[in-house]
Amino acid sequence: MKLDAKIPEGPLAEKWSKHKFNLKLVNPANKRKYDIIVVGTGLAGASAAASLAELGYNVKAFCFQDSPRRAHSIAAQGGINAAKNYRNDGDSVFRLFYDTIKGGDYRAREANVYRLAEVSVNIIDQCVAQGVPFAREYGGLLDNRSFGGAQVSRTFYARGQTGQQLLLGAYSALNRQINEGKVKMYTRSEMLDLVVVDGKAQGIVTRNLVNGKIETHAAHAVLLCTGGYGNVFYLSTNAMGSNVTAAWRAHKRGAFFGNPCYTQIHPTCIPVTGDHQSKLTLMSESLRNDGRVWVPKTVDLSQKLRNGEIKAKDIKEEDRDYFLERKYPSFGNLVPRDVASRNAKQVCDEGRGVGKSGLAVFLDFSDSINRLGKDTVAAKYGNLFDMYYQITDENPYEQPMRIYPAVHYTMGGLWVDYNLMTSVPGLYALGEANFSDHGANRLGASALMQGLADGYFVIPYTVGDYLATIGPAPVNTNHPAFEQTRKEVEDNVKTLLSLKGNKTVDEYHRDLGKIMWEYCGMSRSEEGLKKAKKLISDLREDFWKNAIVLGENEEVNQSLEKAGRVADFLELGELMVDDALNRNESCGGHFREEYQTPEGEALRNDDDYAYVAAWEYKGKNQPEELHKEELVFENVKLTQRSYK
Amino acid sequence: MNLTLKVWRQKNSQTPGKFVTYKAEEISPDMSFLEMLDVVNEKLVKTQEDPIQFDHDCREGICGMCSLMINGEPHGPKRATTTCQLHMRSFNDGETIVIEPWRAAAFPVVKDLAVDRGAFDRIQQAGGYVSVGTGGVPDANEILIPKTIADEAFNSATCIGCGACVAACKNASAMLFVSAKVSQYAMLPQGQTERYERAKAMVSQMDDEGFGSCTNTYACEAQCPKEIKVTNIARMNREYFNAEFIKG
Repeated sequence: MKLDAKIPEGPLAEKWSKHKFNLKLVNPANKRKYDIIVVGTGLAGASAAASLAELGYNVKAFCFQDSPRRAHSIAAQGGINAAKNYRNDGDSVFRLFYDTIKGGDYRAREANVYRLAEVSVNIIDQCVAQGVPFAREYGGLLDNRSFGGAQVSRTFYARGQTGQQLLLGAYSALNRQINEGKVKMYTRSEMLDLVVVDGKAQGIVTRNLVNGKIETHAAHAVLLCTGGYGNVFYLSTNAMGSNVTAAWRAHKRGAFFGNPCYTQIHPTCIPVTGDHQSKLTLMSESLRNDGRVWVPKTVDLSQKLRNGEIKAKDIKEEDRDYFLERKYPSFGNLVPRDVASRNAKQVCDEGRGVGKSGLAVFLDFSDSINRLGKDTVAAKYGNLFDMYYQITDENPYEQPMRIYPAVHYTMGGLWVDYNLMTSVPGLYALGEANFSDHGANRLGASALMQGLADGYFVIPYTVGDYLATIGPAPVNTNHPAFEQTRKEVEDNVKTLLSLKGNKTVDEYHRDLGKIMWEYCGMSRSEEGLKKAKKLISDLREDFWKNAIVLGENEEVNQSLEKAGRVADFLELGELMVDDALNRNESCGGHFREEYQTPEGEALRNDDDYAYVAAWEYKGKNQPEELHKEELVFENVKLTQRSYK
Repeated sequence: MNLTLKVWRQKNSQTPGKFVTYKAEEISPDMSFLEMLDVVNEKLVKTQEDPIQFDHDCREGICGMCSLMINGEPHGPKRATTTCQLHMRSFNDGETIVIEPWRAAAFPVVKDLAVDRGAFDRIQQAGGYVSVGTGGVPDANEILIPKTIADEAFNSATCIGCGACVAACKNASAMLFVSAKVSQYAMLPQGQTERYERAKAMVSQMDDEGFGSCTNTYACEAQCPKEIKVTNIARMNREYFNAEFIKG
C-alpha cells in the first residue's frame, strides 16, 4: 500500500483554505442520517463530539472514566499557544509554524503544522466564548506568558490549570449536545476492538466496565481520541488509566502506527522516591520562566548534598553550575524539553545530581522571589508550589525544587493523512492519539492547541468529505463482521481470565517499564535496543503463562481491565524498539548515542531519515512492515537546531 | 509503617456491604494514600483475593476521580487535599484507618469504594454551559473582563466534581457543586444571556437526582479539596430567586 498524505497543492498559507473549499459537504438535512463514534472525551474527543453534534450528526461518545470530564487533558498545567500576537512582540502564524517545525526537529509535515498554527487563533476565541476563565490583566484583556522553545509570549493560561479549564469548556459544549439529544454518552465503557466492514471502519466493540457486557456499536465513521501511550513506561505523568488499547487494536485491524519511538521526556517532574511509586507528577514547564536550573560544579559537593552534610543554600554562587544558561545563553532555561532533559541526565550521569538518589537537579526560585517578591511568585505558581510541597514535604519557597525528567507525551501515534484519516478508511485519529503535528519533539503548550484544533476546527470539515463519498445508507450491527469481532474480543477476555499464574499484572507492567526506560528512554543505542527487544519478547511470553488475572467478566474487574491494557503495551513496546532501531539518527526526543554532534547534541540524518515511519501490522509474532512517507520541506531550511 | 485498615466491601449496588479488616504492612510515609492501597491490593491479588475497588485516575489532584471517606472525612484529614495527594506521613504508625465510599443516596455504590456520580454529569447537562457553537465567535479580546471578576470566576471554576461536598454534608446536598458552576457563569459576561434559565434548570435537575437540602453547616466548604467557598451557594440562591422575577 502506498501512503498518501493527501497534502493539498499550492502555497503553504493557502493550502487549508483551498482544501476546505474542495472538500465535499453534507447538506444539513442529510447530516442527521449519519452516525459517528467518538472514543475518548479529552480535549480532542469532547471538542470533536460537540462540534459534530452541533453540525447535526448523531454522535455516540465513549470514555472509560466515570465522567467525560475526567479525561487526562484535565491535568495539563501550563497553557495553550496561539499566534494572536497580542503582545506585539513579533509573533505570527508563520512564526508559530516555524517554531513548531524546528522544535519538532524537522520531522513533522509542513502543511499540518501550518494549519495548526493558523487555527490556533480561533481556539482562543472559541474557549473565551464558552466562558473559560483565562488569566487576565487589569485592563480586562487576556494575559500571556512565554514557554520553552519560543522567544515570544504566545501562551494563554489559566493559572496552572489550563488543561482543566479548557477541558471543562469542551465538556460543557459536549453537555449541551447531550442535553439536546445529539450525543449519546457512554461512560465506564472501554473500546476493545474496531469493526471493519469491506475495508471500512464501521463500528467498535466495547466492554461495559460495570457489568462486563461486551457490546457492539455501528457508525459511518469512527474517531479515536484516545490519547498517548506514555504508560508503556509504567512510570509517566499520564493518568493511571491512560492506555494504548483502542489505538493498538485499531492498529491490528489495519491502521498504521506512525513514529512509535518518538516519546517526550519532560524535564521538570518530581523525582522518583521508591519502588512503590505509581506515577510521576509534572511540574509545569512554565516554572522555567522564573526558576533557574542548576547542580553543584563538583561531584564532591554533590556527594555532600546527597549525604545531607550540606544544604543547597550552603553552596556558594561560584560553586553552582547553571548548566542550561551556560550552554545555551540565548534560550537559557527555556530550551525545548528534549534538550533540557538530556542535559539534566548528562549532569546526573557525571555524578553531579542532587537528592538522595542523585537523580535530580535543582530548580531554584530564590532569585525570582528576591526580584518579584514571594506574593507575585505565589500568584503565578502557587498551586504548583503547593502540590510540590504536598508530595515531597519540602517547601519550594525556602529551598530549591528537585526535578528530574519523566515520560510525559508521545509524539508518535496512529498514522493519519491531512484529513486526520488513518490508513483504514472511515477511521480517524485526533489529538495525542495521532502522530501528525509535533515531529520528533513537542513544544510546551502545543498539546492543548493540537487537541482542540483537531476537534473543533479540522475534523468537522474533513469527516464530511468522507461521509459524502460513502453516502447516508444506514449502518447497523447486523453484518457478520460485528459478531465475528465481538467473538474475538470475548475469546481474548476468556483467555486473560484463564491466567492463574503467580505474577501480578502490575509486576509485568513495572518490568516492562524498566526495560523501556533503560533502553528506549532518554538515550538509546543499537546494542541496548537489541537487548530490549529480546527482553520484551520474553516478558510477553511469560505474561501469557504466568500472570494472575482474577474474577469474572460479568462484574467490575480492575484486574481484567489492567491485564488487557498491559498485554497491549507488551506488544507496542517491541514496536517502539523496532522503530528506534530502524531510525539510525538522533532527532528531538529520539536520541541514539551513536549519532551525536561533538557537543553531544542530536545529529540528524536528513538524507536518509527525513520520513515518517508508518508500521503495518502483519499478524501475531510477525515482524511489522515499514512504510515510509517522505517529508518534503519547501518553506523551512533544515538546519542543526541551535538554541545557543 | 504498619496499619490496620477497615475497608467497606460491597459487590455491587444490589448486594449489602460490610467492613473487612486488612493489614497494610511496611508502608513508606512517602507513599500516597492510593499507593498504600495499591500495595494492599497487590498482596490480595497474590493470594487470589479480590482487590479493593476504588476510583482514581490522574493522581495529581485534578481529575476528581478519586474519593474515599477516610476516618469519616472526605479525602481524609488534610485540608485542601484530594486522596491521591494525601501522603502516609499524615498518619501514625500502628493506626487503624476506616475507609468508606461516599455516602449519599444520589451516589449509588458501583463496587466497594467506587460510586456512581452520574448525577453530577446530568446536572451539568441540564444547563452548565454557555450556548455557543463552534465557530462564529468574536475575537477573544473583544470580551473585556476585569481581572478581579475573572479571578473570582476562576475560583468557582476550579471545582473538580469529586463529590466531597455531598459526602461531607449530613443532608447529602449538592449545593456547593452546583453553585460553583452557576456562579462561574453568573459572574462572567459570557454567561449573562442564560444566567436565570441556567440556575433554574440546574437546581431542578439537582432536586430530581435526590440530593438533600442545604442547611448551612458549611461542612462542604471545610472539606472541599479545592476550597470552593459557600458564598457560591448564596450567589446561586440569589440567581434562583431572581429567576422567578426576571425573564432572560
